[in-house]
Amino acid sequence: MGAAALIADADVRPPGTGVLGRLRATGPAGLASAGVIVIAMFAALFGSLLAPYSPVLTNLSLAWVGPVGGHLLGFDGQGRDVLSRLLAGATTSMLGPLAVVILAMTAGALLAVVAAWRRGAADAVISSGLDILFAFPGILLAVLAAAVFGAGLLAAAIALAVAYTPYVARVLRGAALKERGQPYVAALEVQGVSAPGICLRHLVPNMLPLIIAQATIMFGWAMVDLAAISFLGLGVQPPNPDWGVMIAENQTGIQQGYPLPALAAGICIVVVVVAFNVLGERLFAEVDR
Amino acid sequence: MLGRFLARRLAMLLASLLVASFVIFAALYAAPGNPVAALSGGRSLPAASLAVLEQRYHLNDPFFVQYWYWLSGALHGNLGISITLRENVSTLIASRIWTTAGLVAYASVLIVIFGIGLGVLSGLRRGLVDTGTLLLTAISAAIPGFVAAIVLILVFAVDLGWFPALGNGTGFVGNLQHLTLPAVALAISSLAIVARVTRAAVRTESGREHVQTAVSRGIPARLLIRRHVLRNAAIPITTITGITIASLIALDAVIETAFSLNGLGAYLVQAAESKDLAVVQGISLVLVTAFVVVNLIVDLLYAVLDPRVTLGSRAQ
Repeated sequence: MGAAALIADADVRPPGTGVLGRLRATGPAGLASAGVIVIAMFAALFGSLLAPYSPVLTNLSLAWVGPVGGHLLGFDGQGRDVLSRLLAGATTSMLGPLAVVILAMTAGALLAVVAAWRRGAADAVISSGLDILFAFPGILLAVLAAAVFGAGLLAAAIALAVAYTPYVARVLRGAALKERGQPYVAALEVQGVSAPGICLRHLVPNMLPLIIAQATIMFGWAMVDLAAISFLGLGVQPPNPDWGVMIAENQTGIQQGYPLPALAAGICIVVVVVAFNVLGERLFAEVDR
Repeated sequence: MLGRFLARRLAMLLASLLVASFVIFAALYAAPGNPVAALSGGRSLPAASLAVLEQRYHLNDPFFVQYWYWLSGALHGNLGISITLRENVSTLIASRIWTTAGLVAYASVLIVIFGIGLGVLSGLRRGLVDTGTLLLTAISAAIPGFVAAIVLILVFAVDLGWFPALGNGTGFVGNLQHLTLPAVALAISSLAIVARVTRAAVRTESGREHVQTAVSRGIPARLLIRRHVLRNAAIPITTITGITIASLIALDAVIETAFSLNGLGAYLVQAAESKDLAVVQGISLVLVTAFVVVNLIVDLLYAVLDPRVTLGSRAQ
């Protein structure tokens, strides 16, 4: 909805504003969100190295012990250091959604550009195929994938990417159609530039701000859904640290009066998702302007 | 016009369901593992009982014949037998469907009343109410259902003791009490999204020229809001409310698991873990059907609210 309007002014934007310029335009809330995302990504890449203790070493005599010196967030139900598990868990919690977003954006953009370029029968086939794919909510598809391939992060990530693809394709198809109608495309065609050449060199780059805004919003969805699947026991498998897994395994602590381990993982998810949502909304507003 | 639109949407719904049923069946048909071993629980069987099993489950028939047996069975309410519970899948679904339907309905009511209410209030009133709502909804929109679940259990069940933490409860009042926290957990992020979209829609419509003209003509505020602002804002509000309510059908598996509720979603997850494929197929089919039907209802409402939709052009 409104996808065409989103890109209406895409080509009158002053060129060369660059990544930093774009970020600055999102205002203080956008910048703060970008900061949170950078920190979370850093933890995803180096969390296991930064973790002060082993994230998987259990010590039942320390079960549910609260924060003490050197252990800022205390211990979980199996006596593992909570902060270390959070840091190490950032890897799957962040890189899983990243994989989903890259897969869904690539597939969605490809389908959208092909549909907009070929129009006619190809567009009709792609569009109705995507309409049917809409019948599968992401989590349901991921549960099905787990039933078929067994529980695991890979199957869940691929299932979510498939479920998200129609959303991406629907937004980008409108933008690609609009871009396809621009005079510069006709000019390039007259010059004999090949269709893939025009699409890859000109059409897709012109849609990039919209693609990035969509990917940012989608990262938040993917993070929530993947964590939910790990929470259900169908994604990342314990004892591997993951924020969704940590909530599931420390749920008993909530009723026994030790909420910190589960809450800490929940807060990590919420903070990162808020950051992606806020930045994504700002980026969409920028595209809209 | 509405008739033709309805016919086209119904045809699309049936096509979606047919493809979805095929995907569900094919995926689990292709699942690794020997179906006979699953049915016998790993024991080795005499050739005679093996033959009985193969005949009963049509295991030796070609794929499409098996699909046809399954689909026609499903249309007659026969979804096969659960291998872990040794019961009819339809019976098992029927005994759990009301918990799920009740939970989704309860959450939907919360979304409609509080989501739209909050959005309209914050859209019409600038200042503190608006800023507060914006901040609150930005955070709540990012709270996953299962995180909301643990916080709600911690605050309202463990600390305050106002609501039970887990389980289904008995009787209407007991059910309602047991479903309150799950419904809030299920609704919270969708509620925030509905509130934000509603606010934006009300803002946009209030700023339109015809509304400004009506203001200058001295039309009373109540009438103005109802007839000019809300009537036009109803279109995006209906769309987003419908989409989020449909999405609850899938999210409910997470909430039921978090609150140990005995509904379809939690059962689907257990069945997926234990590879009880007939149950996974049956519940997936029911959930996909519900999802598609809710989407159809939203489209119809949309068409009633905005007659332009029935005139074709779905290119936008």
